Formats: sequence, structure tokens, C-alpha cells
Amino acid sequence: MSDASDLVLETRNLVKHFPITQGVVFKSKVGAVRAVDGVDLQLRRGETLGIVGESGCGKSTLAKLLVSLEKPTSGEVIVRGENMARLSGQSLRRARRNIQMVLQDPYTSLNPRMTVGDIIGEPFAVHPDAVPRAGRARAVQELLDLVGLNPDHVNRYPHQFSGGQRQRIGIARALALRPEIIVCDEPVSALDVSIQGQVINLLESLQHELGLSYIFIAHDLSVVRHISDRVAVMYLGKIVESGYHLAIYEQPTHPYTQALLSAVPVPDPRLRGRRDLIELEGDVPSPADPPSGCRFRTRCWKAQPYCADHEPLLQIRQRSPHPSACHYAEIRDVIRY
Amino acid sequence: MSDMNALAAETPAPPSPAGRKSRSLAADAWHDLRRSKIFWAALVIIVVVLLMAIWPSLFTSADPHDCVLSRRHRGASGGAIFGYDYQGCDVYAKTVYGARYSILVGVCSVLLAGVIGLTVGLAAGYFGGWLDALLSRFVDVMLGVPFLLGAIVLGKRLAAEPGNSNGVLAVTLTLGILGWTTGARVMRSSVIEAKNQDYVAAARMVGAGPARLIFRHVLPNAMAPFTVVLTILLGINIASEATLSFLGVGLKGDAVSWGISISEATGYVRVAPGPLIWPSVFLAATVLAFIMLGDAVRDAFDPKLR
Amino acid sequence: MTGVTDIRAQIDALPGLDPRAPLLHVEDLHVEFRTRDGVAKAVNGASFHLSAGETLAILGESGCGKSVTAQAVMGILDTPPAHITNGTVRYRGVDLLGLSEQERRKVRANRIAMIFQDALSALNPVYTVGFQLGELFRKHRGLSRKDAKRRAVESLDQVRIPAAGQRINDYPHQFSGGMRQRVMIAMALALDPEVLIADEPTTALDVTVQAQIMRLLAELQRQRTMGLILITHDMGVVADVADRVSVMYAGKVVEEAPVYDIYGRPAHPYTQALLASIPRLDLKGRPLNVIRGLPPALTDIPSGCAFHPRCGYAREICRQEQPPAYRIAPHRESRCHFIREVLGV
Repeated sequence: MSDASDLVLETRNLVKHFPITQGVVFKSKVGAVRAVDGVDLQLRRGETLGIVGESGCGKSTLAKLLVSLEKPTSGEVIVRGENMARLSGQSLRRARRNIQMVLQDPYTSLNPRMTVGDIIGEPFAVHPDAVPRAGRARAVQELLDLVGLNPDHVNRYPHQFSGGQRQRIGIARALALRPEIIVCDEPVSALDVSIQGQVINLLESLQHELGLSYIFIAHDLSVVRHISDRVAVMYLGKIVESGYHLAIYEQPTHPYTQALLSAVPVPDPRLRGRRDLIELEGDVPSPADPPSGCRFRTRCWKAQPYCADHEPLLQIRQRSPHPSACHYAEIRDVIRY
Repeated sequence: MSDMNALAAETPAPPSPAGRKSRSLAADAWHDLRRSKIFWAALVIIVVVLLMAIWPSLFTSADPHDCVLSRRHRGASGGAIFGYDYQGCDVYAKTVYGARYSILVGVCSVLLAGVIGLTVGLAAGYFGGWLDALLSRFVDVMLGVPFLLGAIVLGKRLAAEPGNSNGVLAVTLTLGILGWTTGARVMRSSVIEAKNQDYVAAARMVGAGPARLIFRHVLPNAMAPFTVVLTILLGINIASEATLSFLGVGLKGDAVSWGISISEATGYVRVAPGPLIWPSVFLAATVLAFIMLGDAVRDAFDPKLR
Repeated sequence: MTGVTDIRAQIDALPGLDPRAPLLHVEDLHVEFRTRDGVAKAVNGASFHLSAGETLAILGESGCGKSVTAQAVMGILDTPPAHITNGTVRYRGVDLLGLSEQERRKVRANRIAMIFQDALSALNPVYTVGFQLGELFRKHRGLSRKDAKRRAVESLDQVRIPAAGQRINDYPHQFSGGMRQRVMIAMALALDPEVLIADEPTTALDVTVQAQIMRLLAELQRQRTMGLILITHDMGVVADVADRVSVMYAGKVVEEAPVYDIYGRPAHPYTQALLASIPRLDLKGRPLNVIRGLPPALTDIPSGCAFHPRCGYAREICRQEQPPAYRIAPHRESRCHFIREVLGV
């Protein structure tokens, strides 16, 4: 365990509600999509925190909040002791240098009309003090080399590269300002299996070499397990369970985590039919109108009337050695693969 | 570091199609344009027409105002290779001299409409919110104004301004002020599309300001549909100038333009088609040349097509 | 009810139809796309067969030709640019590629059906789900409006859409992703096909929904003893449902084997490398195994064995000669010059 001085990123009760409006000129608010609804995270130096959840759980909005692409409705994002949510203008620009992001889609995240050199060099153009003008071309080439691309390709356009190579370009851009933290939003889900491994390995070796901390957001549970030290599971804008990867994967206590893990198909035909598949009923409720009390109760086989009235807090419980947001949290051995 | 090297050994990038070393986007575009037949054809036509507009005397020694009624609708003879029109004017000379005002009015009004349309569309699309609501409704109102009615009212008012002897400025302003709406709408929607792209988010993340976002990321990726609208507008405006002149709010006095020639000749098309056909051919060729040029330039600046 | 007997009888009367012949037999299929920029060889000799009640998985990465193969079998490729240059596709002995478009359409709706990854774009957004389902019964079975509606409700019931009686009046966009996939399955199965081709049916869905859909598909298949071709890149899904697996690479089936053999003892270096690249618990903290390099561009497929530039076993012969399909055991083939080394015997 590390002490508090190792903390590089912290969020406190982070909330993002998107207003639902009616009318064109005179807009009136008729409701809100509670995309992120009170998230507390802590990230330590050199650590990877995996965030898993299904579509609509708010993990992508959370990523945007962390890198200040969205302003939170309330709550704090603290990087190096500074609340990013309060900053603007010049001070926000400076603070951004500490936290960068790798986006999901390597095909839309690079401007098709800019050369690779211009794309990776853009952070230097925005922050002229980062690297002196004369050294920029060299710095760009070093970055290309660092992510395993040919440094002579600075004058090529993104479409001349494959998906995996483009993702490397995106990683090089994120590294340009020497950030401490990189938020990876589904960085490999658009790539083929054989290419995914290459990018994951690159991210891991960069972490060791540069001492980076990662927030790794993905829906692929096996990839998250491979890369993460700790894992947080999100459902409808809230973290329902968090802990060290072994705790989450081997001893899940929240029913949603258990269902999620049990649904992952295991690449071993011998386990067919022997797995304990928990089939959830129905769909994820709308984040504009989440259920009262525990948000998972509408699909939960353990739900009691108590769950409708009392929202479970994310905390260590009698039968859950790690934080779990379920009144009836209990270890269940789901699968091992 | 050992596995890093193994990674670097991966990935031979696909060779760039021509196997050449890339330069800047503009240099690459020029490299492509030089090999494009369409580009050269369009350029030749445009240069010829521009020469006509600037030095008409290079092309003909005849005076377009030298009209003799006795030559009315006479066929080609001597220097008048296109024959004579209903007033006995040399059709070739009129067509050559007509290039000046047609081009001037067409190009300037499109530039004006382009600047207004680009600014309004960009502002509405990029900043959104109440500004978008305001500007978009204003565009709707402008589109609701019947073109001819608006042009007559506006043209009359502008023509009354001092220093407007031949009506060129008035027509240009009228066409520019009434013609920007379609461009603005197209611009707005493509700006909205471009600004929501991931690469704009990526640039915001490294701290890029609005100017950089707009001019490096949004505009270059939103221009293509807008340029198409403008090239089409050029043809429309050259033709509209004729309509306005015909209605008396266009060019005045003894000004000659393709539009005026065409509208004058329509009444006699059965007797003598020549005076209608020739200026029309020049008009069509010019508009086509601008459209072809716009297309070629747009493709050359699109790295994905390379 | 004349429509029913008519269409079914017409199919049964197709020349060469033999009820005892294999359900579906694809042999040496070649498809290429001729475009301005050159010829892309999407499928270069795909062969496989399918029996009733069996699930065949076609496994491969994007661009390996698995979807094009399925579309060629269905007869829904656009020509041009796609051209089938060689091969046969036999349904119960009838060569589908030799049929007229009209005959193909009948086979397509009644005997071989397909579901896609993106259900929203596969359904017509301006008609209710009930209308689209009912239309199938009216057109192909000659049912009255009322009977067609009743059958439509039954179909939705069968794919376990709650309150089917009301939901038939909804439009596709009113369904969630998983429910929409169920609607598409209902439409594909409405006319009781003998073969269902599922092209990445759960790729766009979340894992919990994916589990529901795969379970539903498996159950419907069992009830109807239908042949199922599952096209996917997900090795977990394949392990869960497939009986046999055909692994495709650069437009070729490089290995074909029963599912236990594929996972237990892969006989082709590509299959082996794919399986090794799955993140496993014991690899935690170590680099993942990767396949070096990139899948080839279809316009420029390497000579000899297409996998040789990325293969750890490759030698000179791999560059020069295409490996034939070696038969290892009944129902087991692999296209590799060095099978013995790969298998470690």
C-alpha cells in the first residue's frame, strides 16, 4: 500500500448531469441524464486503474470529466493538488499537461488533413515552452520511435497507416507533453485481436519506462484484468464495486459484477455448460430516470423491498472485504479462467 | 526495452501510393493538380475568360456598341464570326466585352456571399447555443424572402446610392446579400459534424484554443460541401445578373454582359438563334470551368483520396 | 394457402435437389472486388460444409473474407464490384451459383437466412416490426392479414420478446439493442430456414446481452435442428457454441477442426498464435503474446502461404509454395507445410 503523497489523481463526488431540454430558441429544462452520479476515484503513481461497465454506464463521460473535456456538474477532479474542475484559461491549459487521453477510435481521432508530424507536434505548438522550437522536429521523431513507428514517417497522413499504427500515433500525441497520467478510453476495442496485444504491450512497457499512471476504461474484461492493478465496476453512473484485480475477478461480491463476469464467454470449450451463467433480465434502465435506492435492483435476483428505499454505499462490508455497493454483498465464485 | 524493439520491428507502413516523400499538404496538392487534365482544362478556360474580361481588345477590334439596324440578324461575315443581333450589333464583340461584367459580378458576388455564409455558418455551427438559434432563424427569414422581390427592393435602393453609375456595385451587393443563405446552412451543418469529431476533442485536450481548433481542425474538414455550393452559386449569379438587368435593377446604360445579351436574344430565338447560343455557350463554359476547378482543387486537398 | 405449397414445391423441384445431400457445401470459393484501385482478392478458395443441427464457426480477423464468404453464399454480393470467379455453393446438392436471381431469392428467404451485426440498419425504420414480419408471411406463405399478424406475434414470442402482442406495433428504433437483435432473429427464422448464417450477431452488444442472444440462438437451433454458421472474431463465443471451426486468413480457410481440437491442439500457426494472444491470468504482469506485423492487404497478398511474413515456423518453402490442405484426422485439415512441428509430433 502506498501513502497519500503517491496520489496523482483523485475525484471527489464527481457528478455530471446532462440537461434534457425542450424548445429551440427558449430552452426549458425538462430533466437530466445522470451520466456520472457521484464517483470517487483514487489513482496512485505508476498504477493502472481499470474501469469496466457496459454501454451507457457513464464510463466514457467519466473519462471526459477526468481530462476536462466536460465540466462536471459538481464535484472535484484533483490532479497534483489542484481542482481541475475550477480551472479555466491559461491555468487549465497548463494543468492539462499532467493528464492526457488516448481515444477509442483510431480512425476518427486523427485529423485526416494533418501529417503525422503535425499531429504529434501539435501539443508543442500549443505549449511553446514545452520544447524549444528548434528541437520540435526531433522531439516528434523521438516520440514516433518511442511508440514503435518509423521516425521517417512524419510527413505521412493518418490514412496511410493501419488501425494499430494509428493508435500508436494517438499514444505518441498523448505522451508529447510528458504527462503523469494517461486516460485510455477503450484504446484497443476497435482493433483486431492480433493487434490488440501489440498496443497493450506498448502501453505496459511505456508505463514501466516513463512511470505513468493509467486510467484504463474498457468493456473487455479480460483485457482490463491483464493490465489493471485495481478495478472499478460502473453501473448507471455509479461505481458499484472496486478493489484489487484479484478481489474483483476472483471474489466479486456485487451481484452486477458477478453477472458481468459470468457472461464473458471463456475461450475454452471444455468449460462449456459447466459455467455458472447468471442471466440478467431486461435492459439497463435509462440514466434519465434511474431506479430509486439501489440502481441495480430492477435486474437483481437478490433484490428486497429494502433496496428500493435505501441506496447502498460503496464501502467495505461484513461479507465483502473490498468496497461493494450492495446491502447483501457476498462472495460468489463465478468463474476462473 | 527489448520488447519495445520487437514492437518496432512490426509494422512496415503501407508505402505511399506514388512511393514519393510527402511534403506539406499544399505541395502535395500542387503535385496532384499538375497531373490533372481537368484542372488544366478548367484553368485554360478561366484564363481565357479572364483575359477577355481585362483586355477585350485582344480578342476583337470591333466595338460592341457599334450597332447598325440594317445588319439586324445578319449572318456571320468578316470579323463578326457569330453574326449580328436584333439591333445589328456584332455578337462576337458583345460576347467578348460581356465577359467583364459577367465575371466581375459573378465572382465578386460569390466572394461576398461566401464570406457572409462562411462567417454565419461557422459562428452558428461552432458556437451553437443562443447564437446558433438566432442566426439560424435569421437564415430562415432570409430564405423566406422571394428572390426577385428582395432583389428588386434591394437593387433599387442600392442603385440610388451615389457613385453607382453602371450598376455593377449595386448588382454585386444585391446578389451577394441575397445569395449567402444556402452556403451558411451547408457550412453550419458541416461545422457541427466536424467539431464533434474525436480529433477536435484530442486537440482540446492538449489545450488548443478556439482559433487553432477552428482554423486547423474544423474549417479544413468542413469546407468541401461549402465550396460545391459556391461554384454552383457562381453560375446562378451570372445568370441572375441577367434577370436583374432585364428587370431594370441590374446593369445600366450601355453596359454589356452575357446575361443581358441572353435575355435580349430570347425573344428572337426562332429568327436568329445565334445571339442566344453564343453568350450561353460562354456562360456555360465559364461556370463549368469554375465547377471543375473547384472539384479538382477540393480533391487535391483531400489526403484520403491520394 | 396455395402460396405455401407453391414456393416450397418450387424449391423442392429445383434441378439436382437431393434431400440426402449435405445441407450446405461450399467448395473452392473465390471472390474478388474489382475497383478503380485494383483487384482485391477477398476470398481465395474457401471450402467448408455444414450439416443439419450443426454449428460451424468461421473465425477470423477483419478483412479475412469471412463476411464476404457469407454474402456470397447468401447471394447478396453486389456485382460489380464483387465477382465470384470460381467455386461452388451447393444447398442439398443444388448449385446456388447457377440459379436465376428469382430462384435464388426463394431459396434465400425459405431455406437459408442471415442475421447481421447491425440490426438497426437491417430493419426498415419506417415500418412497424409487426408489418415487416407479417409481410414475410403474406408474401411467402400467402397468409391473410389476420393470420400473418398472429404468426408475427408468435415469432416475437419465440425469441422471447416480452409483451409481443403490443410490441409488434412498435418501430425498430423503439427497441433496445438486444431486443432489436431478437427481432432480426425472429425475421430470419420466420420462414423456418434450414440454414442460418449469423454474421457477428453480438459484436455490437454488451456482454450480458450477448450472453442472452447466444443462448437464445443455441436454443432455437436445437429446437429446429437447423444448421448455424456463426461468423465471428470472438474466440470466447466460438468456444461456447461451435461444434466445428473454420479459421480464415487472407481469404482462405487455413484450418478446419472440431472445436475441442482447435482449442486443445491447434494445427495451424495462425490459430496457435491467435489463441496464444488471448490475455490469460498466468500472463498477468508479462507482455502478451502477439502476432507480429499486420494482416495483409487484399490487393497484395503475399506469395506462397499468406501467413508466412508473420509466422514463426516460416521457411523458404512457405514463401514459394501454397501449402495444400493436409488431412490430419477425419474432419481435420490444416494448410501448413510444417504441421508436424506445429503439432509437436
